[in-house]
Formats: sequence, structure tokens, C-alpha cells
Amino acid sequence: MDAFEYVAPRTLDEAYAAMSNGKTTALLAGGTDVIVQLRENRRHADQVLDVKHIPELMALKITADGGLSIGAAVPCAVIYENAEIAAKFPAVIDSASLIGGIQIQGRASLGGNVCNASPAADSIPSLIAQDTRLVIGSKSGTRELPIEEFFAGPGKNNLQPGELLIQLKIPAPKPRSGAFFNRFIPRNEMDIAVVNAGARIQLADDGETIADAKVAIGAVAPTPLVVPAAAQALIGKPANEETFAAAGEASAAAATPIADMRGSVAQRKHLAKVLTVRALRGALERAKENS
Amino acid sequence: MTTVERPDYKIIGTSPIRPDGAEKVTGAARYAADFKPAGLLYGAILRSPHAHARVIKIDTSEAAKMPGVMAVATHTDLPAAADKVEAIGESAVNLKELSSNILAHDKVLYHGHAVAAVAARSHFEAEAAARAIKVEYELLPPVLDVRDAMREDAPLLDENRHTKVMGGQTSDKPSNIASHNRFEDGDVEKALAESDHVVDREYRTRMVHQGYIEPHSSTAMWNSDDTIQIYTSTQGAFGVRSLTSQVLAVPLSSIRVTPLEIGGGFGGKTVIYLDPVAAVLSRKTGKPVKISMNRTDVFEATGPTSGSYIHIKLGIKDGKIHAVDATMAYEAGAFPGSPVGAGAMTMLSPYDVPNFRLNAYDVVVNKPKVAAYRAPGAPAAAFAIEQAIDEACKALKLDVLNFRDSNSSREGVKMVNGVAHPRIGAEETVQAALASDHWKSPIEGPNRGRGVASGFWFNAGMQSSVIAGVNPDGTVNLIEGSTDIGGTRASLAMQLAETLQIPFEDVRPVVADTDSIPHNDVTGGSRVTFATGLATYEAGMNIRKQMAERAAKLWNCSEDDVDYIDGELHCKKDSTKTLTFKEMAAQQARTGGPITGSASLVARGAGGAFATHIVDVEVDPETGKVEILRYTAVQDVGTAIHRAYVEGQIQGGVVQGIGWALNEEYFYDEEGHLRNSSFLDYRMPTTLDVPYIETIVVEVPNPGHPYGVRGVGEVPIVPPLAAIANAIEDATGHRFTELPISPRRVVEELNQLS
Repeated sequence: MDAFEYVAPRTLDEAYAAMSNGKTTALLAGGTDVIVQLRENRRHADQVLDVKHIPELMALKITADGGLSIGAAVPCAVIYENAEIAAKFPAVIDSASLIGGIQIQGRASLGGNVCNASPAADSIPSLIAQDTRLVIGSKSGTRELPIEEFFAGPGKNNLQPGELLIQLKIPAPKPRSGAFFNRFIPRNEMDIAVVNAGARIQLADDGETIADAKVAIGAVAPTPLVVPAAAQALIGKPANEETFAAAGEASAAAATPIADMRGSVAQRKHLAKVLTVRALRGALERAKENS
Repeated sequence: MTTVERPDYKIIGTSPIRPDGAEKVTGAARYAADFKPAGLLYGAILRSPHAHARVIKIDTSEAAKMPGVMAVATHTDLPAAADKVEAIGESAVNLKELSSNILAHDKVLYHGHAVAAVAARSHFEAEAAARAIKVEYELLPPVLDVRDAMREDAPLLDENRHTKVMGGQTSDKPSNIASHNRFEDGDVEKALAESDHVVDREYRTRMVHQGYIEPHSSTAMWNSDDTIQIYTSTQGAFGVRSLTSQVLAVPLSSIRVTPLEIGGGFGGKTVIYLDPVAAVLSRKTGKPVKISMNRTDVFEATGPTSGSYIHIKLGIKDGKIHAVDATMAYEAGAFPGSPVGAGAMTMLSPYDVPNFRLNAYDVVVNKPKVAAYRAPGAPAAAFAIEQAIDEACKALKLDVLNFRDSNSSREGVKMVNGVAHPRIGAEETVQAALASDHWKSPIEGPNRGRGVASGFWFNAGMQSSVIAGVNPDGTVNLIEGSTDIGGTRASLAMQLAETLQIPFEDVRPVVADTDSIPHNDVTGGSRVTFATGLATYEAGMNIRKQMAERAAKLWNCSEDDVDYIDGELHCKKDSTKTLTFKEMAAQQARTGGPITGSASLVARGAGGAFATHIVDVEVDPETGKVEILRYTAVQDVGTAIHRAYVEGQIQGGVVQGIGWALNEEYFYDEEGHLRNSSFLDYRMPTTLDVPYIETIVVEVPNPGHPYGVRGVGEVPIVPPLAAIANAIEDATGHRFTELPISPRRVVEELNQLS
């Protein structure tokens, strides 16, 4: 690890100023990824910019329209310990409560997990399935984009120089809808997903037909993947095992995994199917509770 | 369950709080990485990015100019070591190979092999400078798998290595097979031909690491008078002294090794890696130098245990094991010395096998040189034979535990090395398993199954010394040279308290440095509670004798007329004359001065340990994940000295076995790069992955120890691999003969994925 400067701006403007001083900057929220990367010389930075003192990045609230707004540096533990959020956005809790161990969850943020852009990130498929939008700021203003357009490759995101992720915005859940996230890890804790999957479904008025759906899977491609074919297999069909199996097959077909120390190609394609089906079962249960 | 009436022990068999407990719980205990003398410099090591390459040139000129850098070292700073073998407890090392492992000479033989070292004012400066060392390599093809390495056309790690065979001969052609040994008795071909049923199967295990939490760390101070002080994390301070003196070609007595607290070793801290390098850097700088490994260093470049290939033909006739024909090949890593011999010698020990032929091959591959790991060699051997037995029992519709009972080894049965077992507890553990609540409880439900397996470990004796000094207040300082890795301060202090019949809390155990106590062999082989315990007992008896002599003088009677009962001296002829231990201790100054008991010995008669385990599992066929539902470990412990620590040793061995069975493996890519050198991707079990491990402690006292002690630490890791594989077979109908039985392997097999 090389020496670096530490800066802790109090406002967005201070942050933007520090980010345009010509130095290589690493953004520090919880630090659970970036500190390890710096220590192990996998990343070098002239300055580390701690964003935890910027109010916008630490704000967490359910907005007037029933949506959820999560500051990019809010720790996972703060999110899952909020009873109202846990009741209204259980799929967010699915992710926030299993990123790292308990100590890690006291620091690690969803914003950091998203910016770190791991193909196996445990928050991302869940956030994609819930139509999350990202609010990105820079000196010249803010922009929004759907989260699935944020990823450029393993460890690479689409933030431009001088840009900062401020906020994640999840729209209010629609009636008769539910979302669910699950992953497979060989151990029961302290592990990286071999495959993970998030799903959201909305039931029609009849309470049986799927009116809308979205499926996203992780660790099966260079970036987390939306699976439109899975949604097509679901929308307009009855919410049952047969339909879910067809969506699972669509996920398996969409998966283009690598083989590495965490899993084989055949295992990952198979798990994409299994976890998609399990995510859909969980989403259905929540959709019924939300009717 | 005990086989003989237990003596009326006061201390033995209880579970007092360990003498070193408070310091360890509060964080006050000092480990090697905590040691920071004035003027300390920090060392860093440059390691090979290649699995197999010739070192053409090492250029340290840039590194030497880096900020904060005080010295640079390569193999040229180590004297040429003798090509001879040195015993270190249960294993042995060739000094030239040890030196080449510490800093590579002409070749690097594995990813992570140390090539050069730097000392600098800060750790980060040292790391940066190490990265600035330029090494020119000529890449060579790596050999990673034991069977590939055995092929005649395999690339050779050492062109001058020839296979050593029994009788001192060597092969004509050079080979990666370092040795081939054979154990044989009876007529195997005939016995297999006449068997009712033969299981013929191949088994494979992968290289795994002990996974001790504390990485290696060593601080050396080479003083201007050429004495060297070393503060290190080790299982054997005397081994560090001896090996370091030979690698550095300095007199043994010039080195003083102080063992600091040790955060786990399991056999992996019986060899040296950092100590001579820190010493050389200290000599060059005149300052103390500390080198600490990180986790990646530990995985890449310390001593895991072998991956293995075992081919077994097991013949059963009339419900008895009639013949075993086995080929066993173990990976030694970069230099010879796998535990294949111990694997062969332990494999059949739980049973009475009339006809056998075991061919054992020690094979070098481009992976780190293996070191001891808890019952080295035995778990892989048990993984093979205990599955073969399970398969045979199922084919012949025989009960797996009754079969083990009726085939059990016992006193007088010879091991494959021709040595007859003394009194052992093999049958007793199987019978206790048969009588257990676990075995009697049904296993029900889909995808669930039960497996059993047995195992054996020799246990070791070797050299120990202790000094016990009586304080004027009646407490006793127990000075020992066995580093405390598994609670031996407590188990030794308990034996001294029992011998002197004084309270456990009155014994103060201290682990001394190599200048402060005579030689002690390594803490390994489950030997300390047995062998150092024997020395402790003798030292205690020596104190009793001296006290009796002094009481006789005080009382003007014969020494024979003094009894030592319940920690009190009594005059047989005058019941009014008594002295408690404390009173006698208080009289030391005017009865001849301090009373010191000591003993130094080579302990013979280490009693072998047997274990039988029962495990229930549930397999998720969709994901391949195996959950351990229930686990019971039955073990003959001789006599449990500290009951809770005995149970803890058994539980710890089982947990490591669970990890080895289900997830742990060294994962190499085709070029020989280790890809999972972190605890994230090298998956040891977490607390959430294991159930409470039930223990059934069987006590068949070892006749070779006054309190009947047998080593307990190693045998519990022997049965789990096979027991779990057998349970998974029971649950799924699929037999997994290759470790780890990871979710990937299970899901691919159950779903027939390509």
C-alpha cells in the first residue's frame, strides 16, 4: 500500500472540488472493498475521499410517494434495522442482511456494493428487479439512470470522472407485487455468491395471472444481468411452478458464466435456473401478502 | 465408558480454567507479530509468480535504493547447506532442500516460492522495495497432479532426483517419485481371488491447509557478538534453533529462540520459513528485523498437507477383511517428504487384516512443500479404506458398525509395519458407537443419510524436559519447553498438581526459551500431555522424595518412615508429626534451600488412539449443498486429563475434517497459480456450518503412562472425510470418491451436468 491523502468533505460541492484537483481519487463509503484493494495493491490512489460526512449520502427515507431513497453511503445495518423499510421493501433487506458478516454490515453500504460493480454483488439483482434508479452527481449537476445501465464489466461502472453516486431510488411497490432475492453460497456465511437471483412479480386483479415481472441474475456474466426472456415467460401466465420453471430455463439460457474456483459453467447455469425459481416463489408469496 | 476402575483422582478428569486463559481472552497475551523491540525493521519477501522456472538473474539494485530500505537478501546470503536429513519430531527435512525452500536457489518450484527479501524502516516501504526487485525467469512446464508427476515423460522438478526404494537402492532414471515403499504380508493375489466380494476403487484428495488463524511471524536480532535471538510463532523452539543454526551454519548455542504465544499450528509450525531470513537481514543491518506473513503467503508458501491418489482392492471373505491391495501416491510438494508412509501404516490399523500389500509413493509436484497436518497422512488413507469397507458392507448387506466390531484390531494384532499393538481401545470405541444414542436414533426423511468411519493415529513420545521449583508459599513453578498449542499448560499443571496432591491453581506453568530449559522436541504427535506429562510426573515424584528426606531429618526418623498422603507428610511412627506441602515449602530455607524437581527423558510407550465417528447429513439435490445434521465422535483417550480440552480437541479435529470433506482444496489453474489463497475462497467451515459435535470419551488407560494418558489431538481428524462421504452415499445413492465433496461436485453428479 502506498501513502495517500485522506479528505472528508462535508458537502457535495466540497466533494466535487476535491475530485477535480487532478489527483487519483478512491471514494470511501464503508471502505470494506476499497481498503482491502488499497492494502493489497490492487488499486492505487493519491487521495481517499470519505463520503460519509455528506448529508445527502447518509440520508435514508421513505418518500411521500411511497418510494425508498437510500443515500449511497448508508450502512446495510441501518437499512435492515429500520422496521418500516423491512416491512415495505423486504427484498432490499434480503440483500442488505447478507452482504458480509455483521461487523461488515455496520460499515458496508448498498451504494458501495453497486459502485464496486462485482458481477456477484448481492445487492444488485435485487435492486434491478425493483427498478432502482441511481442519482449521480457532479459539478455540472445530477443525472439519473436505471441501475442496470450502470455496469461496464467486472469491477467497472459507468461513473464519469468527477461523478459521484449520491442516492438509490426504489419506486413504491405496486399493489399485489412482491420482490425476493436469494443466492447460493457453499458455506452458510462469509462467502461470495456462486450465483444469485432477484425477482419481482405483480399479480393481476385475478390474483393468479402475472401482470408484470422482472428477473435479474448475478455471477453468471461480466455484469449482473437482466433476463427479459424470463419476464416474457412470466407475464400473462399463471403464477405456478410450470411458469416459474420456464422463467428458470430462460435464466439458465441467458447465463454466460466463467469457470473459476467458485464454480463451474454447468453448475452456474443450473443454479441460475434453481435460484430464479426460488426467487419467484419468494416473490409470489410476498405478492400475495401484499394483496 | 472406562475399562478399568478409575483411580481416585482429585484433579485429573476435571476442567479447570487454563492458566493462560485471562491473558488470551483480554488480548494481553503476546504473539509473535506483537513483539516490537526498539529499532525494529520490517522485512518483506518477494515470491515467485511462477510454479516452475529457472532463476536466471535477480537484480536488487533498484530495490536497494528505495526509500527506507536498509538491506536486501537472496539465497547467496545463505551458506551452502549440507545435503543431509534432520529429524524434526514426526517428520524429517533435508537441510539443502530446506535452505532452497527458504530462499530459492537456481529454480523456483511453486507459485509463492520465496526468492528475495528486503528490510526497511516500515512494512510498506519493505513491500514496495520487494516489488522493485527484478527477477529474470526461464519458464518451465509445471507438474501439478500426483499421477501426472509419476509419468515417465513428466517434466522433472530436479534432474538429479532418483527414486529411493526400500533397502537403500535408487532408480537408474531420474524421477519425480522420491521414494517407493512397500508393506506386505500374506498372499494378496490368492486372498483376493478367494474373496466373496471385492471392492476395486480409486480415491483422490486435494492439497489442504491447516488453516491456523495466526500467520507465521518471526523477529530476529543478530547481535554484534554473533549471538542471535529469535522471537517466533512455533510448535518447537528447539527445532527452530537447530534448523536455523544449520541453515545459517552457526553454532547451535549461539541462537536463543523464544517461543511466543501461538495462534494455531496443527503441525504447520514445526518447520521454518522466516527465521533465517530475518536473521540474515538483521546481520546486514545491525537491527532487529521482523517478517510476518499475510494470509496469501501462508497459503502459497507454508506447508499444507498432500493431495493424494489411492487405489484400493478390498476383499471380504466370510464377513472378514481378507485382503487389501493398495497403491498410494501422495504429493510431497516441491521437495520430498509427504506423509504417505504414515498413511500406509495407519490405514489398516483399526482392523485385523491377514493379507495386504501397500505400495506407497512419495511424489514431488510444483506446489508448496507439505508439512505435518494433524495425523499427517492418515485422513486420506481412511477416506479410501473406510469408504471401501462401507461399499463392501452395503453390497454384502452387513451392518457397518458390527462389521467394524468383528474385524477390529486389538492387543497383539500386528500393524503393517510388523509392530504388535499393545493394549488399545479399538473395539471399545466401535462398541461405544454401537451403544450410542445417535446410532440408536433412526435417520429419516428424504435426502438424508448416515455414515460411519473409524480411524487410528500412532501418537508420539520423544524427548521432554521440565523443571519444577517449589516457592516458599507452597506454590510450584513448572518450567517447560513444550510450546502450548492445545492447552498443555493446563494438562501438565494438572498432572503435577495430581502428583503432588496440591490444588491446580498452586501450579504456575511457564513456557521457557531455549536457553532456559533443556531440550524438548516439538509440540506435535499429540505427545505433550503424554511425554512432557511423564516428565512432569517424574519431577513431581522427585519433589515428594526430597520433601520426605527433609521431613525425615526434621523428625529424626528414617526416610522410609515418611509417608506422602493427600499432599501431607506424615511420620509413620508418630502420628503427631505432620507437615503439609505448604508448611514444608515454608521450611525450605532452613532445611537445605530451594526444592527443585526436574526430569528429562525420552518417552516410550505412547499409546495409539482410535476413533469411530457417526454423522448424519442432508443433501439439497438442487444445489448440491450438504448440511451436517448431527455428528458424534467416539474416541479412546486413555485417561482424559482436562476433560473439556479433550472434548475440544475432538470437536476441533472433526470441524477441520468437515471442511476437508466438503469444501477445502488448493485450487490451481493450469499454469500452477494458486487461485484461492484467502479465507474467502479457501472455504473452512464457519460456526454456522457445523452442528454441536457430540463426544463420547472412552477411557482405556495407556499402560505406558502413570495416569494412562494417550494423545488425543490428532485421531479425531482421521474418520470425518470417509464418514461424511459414506453418509452422502447413504443420502443420495451416489458415492463420491474425490474430495472435496463440494456443492459443485454434488450438483453436477446428481443432475448429470456435464
